[in-house]
Amino acid sequence: MGRFADTFLNWAVMAQYAPRILEGTWVTIRLALAVAIAGIACGLFLSVLRAFRFRAINVLIVFAVDVLRALPPLVIIIAFYFALPTVGVRMSAWVSTWLALSLVLMAFSEEIFWAGILAVPRGQWEAARSTGLSFLQTLRDVVLPQAVRLTIPPLTNRTIAITKNTALGAVVAVGEILYQAQSAYSFSYNPSPLLLGAAAYLILFIPVVCFGRWIETRFAWKR
Amino acid sequence: MILDVAALHKAFGRLEVLKGIDLRVKPGELVFVIGPSGAGKSTLLRCCNRLEEPTSGSIKVEGVDILTPGVDINAIRRRIGMVFQSFNLYPHLDALGNVTLALQRVLKKSRSEAKDIGAAALQRVGLGEKEKAYPNELSGGQQQRVAIARALALEPAILMFDEPTSALDPELVGSVLNVMRELRESGMTMVVVSHEMRFARSAADRVLFMDQGRILEEGAPQKIFNSPEHQRVREFLVSIER
Ligand SMILES: Nc1ncnc2c1ncn2[C@@H]1O[C@H](COP(=O)(O)OP(=O)(O)O)[C@@H](O)[C@H]1O
Ligand SMILES: [Mg+2]
Repeated sequence: MGRFADTFLNWAVMAQYAPRILEGTWVTIRLALAVAIAGIACGLFLSVLRAFRFRAINVLIVFAVDVLRALPPLVIIIAFYFALPTVGVRMSAWVSTWLALSLVLMAFSEEIFWAGILAVPRGQWEAARSTGLSFLQTLRDVVLPQAVRLTIPPLTNRTIAITKNTALGAVVAVGEILYQAQSAYSFSYNPSPLLLGAAAYLILFIPVVCFGRWIETRFAWKR
Repeated sequence: MILDVAALHKAFGRLEVLKGIDLRVKPGELVFVIGPSGAGKSTLLRCCNRLEEPTSGSIKVEGVDILTPGVDINAIRRRIGMVFQSFNLYPHLDALGNVTLALQRVLKKSRSEAKDIGAAALQRVGLGEKEKAYPNELSGGQQQRVAIARALALEPAILMFDEPTSALDPELVGSVLNVMRELRESGMTMVVVSHEMRFARSAADRVLFMDQGRILEEGAPQKIFNSPEHQRVREFLVSIER
């Protein structure tokens, strides 16, 4: 037991590296928020664009969304960070990770919003248009409020799943939680910082998961 | 003329649904449209505010040709109230919100002005007490009356009803018909697709019988119901009596 504690719960090592983990936590928070905001905003924008049903644009959207959903996020991060510089496009590790994950969340949330828009009955469009509302007014005031309500539970789940992928940033040395924990581990030859890192993820994401659960009951759709 | 439809054709692909409809509705008139399912009654109404694009023909609303390219269709649509079989209330808005949305967005009324007009419209359909109720808290008859108030609040030149009572339980039909009767007495111009023959007899100025995309017979309710010229009309009337 003493050996176990010494290895995995070494308070001295933990205290030494706690500030680094905390620093990593801030990076994770900022990265996750930036991904959530950019990804959902772009996904909503694309789904609205798709609602106009311009054939050529929609083919493009569907293609891009399918590619982004098929690729593992890590592959996209690595492509941005290591492959793009060979064609002269350089971005920092943070930006590569943020952009890659935002694009993935964009793709998934576009599909979720689009399914929500399609789930709103045609009669809603017709009622609104028959009172003189324009296409955009109908979309904004009648269709999207209903569509968004339908999409909140799946969207919350997907957002949590993708923002957790900020840990992939460790691969390209973004100083987030996992990266800090791993480097502390290799400096100290002691895995306690990894445990600290896991704790940081739990503290960060358990409230988010609970929030998702609450939102799911709050927006349970009644007709 | 409030509504002047001439030689209206509509095809969905190769399926011809309207094969030359002529219909003129004078101010204050109530025109009743009957006919078997699939005759094209809904399509006729939906063409009149371009929820469906006619294939050919002309439609004038208050003298304005609504098929002219570049016409402000949204401005015309608010002059044509539409009431649907399935109500189509906005489930995320309460009764007052349903009625005031277009007042604010289309007529650009201020919030308080829209509320006053909306409250008056709900009052008019007997639902002054239900401003705050959401559609799922209302009976079918109440929902349809909110839908009527929604159309009415925009002060349309004409109201079109597409089987407004077909989705209602029998005991709720009366409340909706009463509202329609009051509108008729206040001089509202109306086109009503419905199978409520008793209502037609007492309230309609004219009855049209539609079949297979054409108006087969038209005339005063007494004439159509008591001594129709066409065997087809007689058969139809017998079939819905049962
Ligand atoms: N959007 C559409 N696409 C293809 N066919 C349609 C469409 N809407 C209506 N139809 C067809 O047009 C015909 C007339 O329909 P409708 O106007 O709804 O008749 P009614 O209201 O008299 O029952 C029917 O055969 C129907 O299947
Ligand atoms: Mg119909």
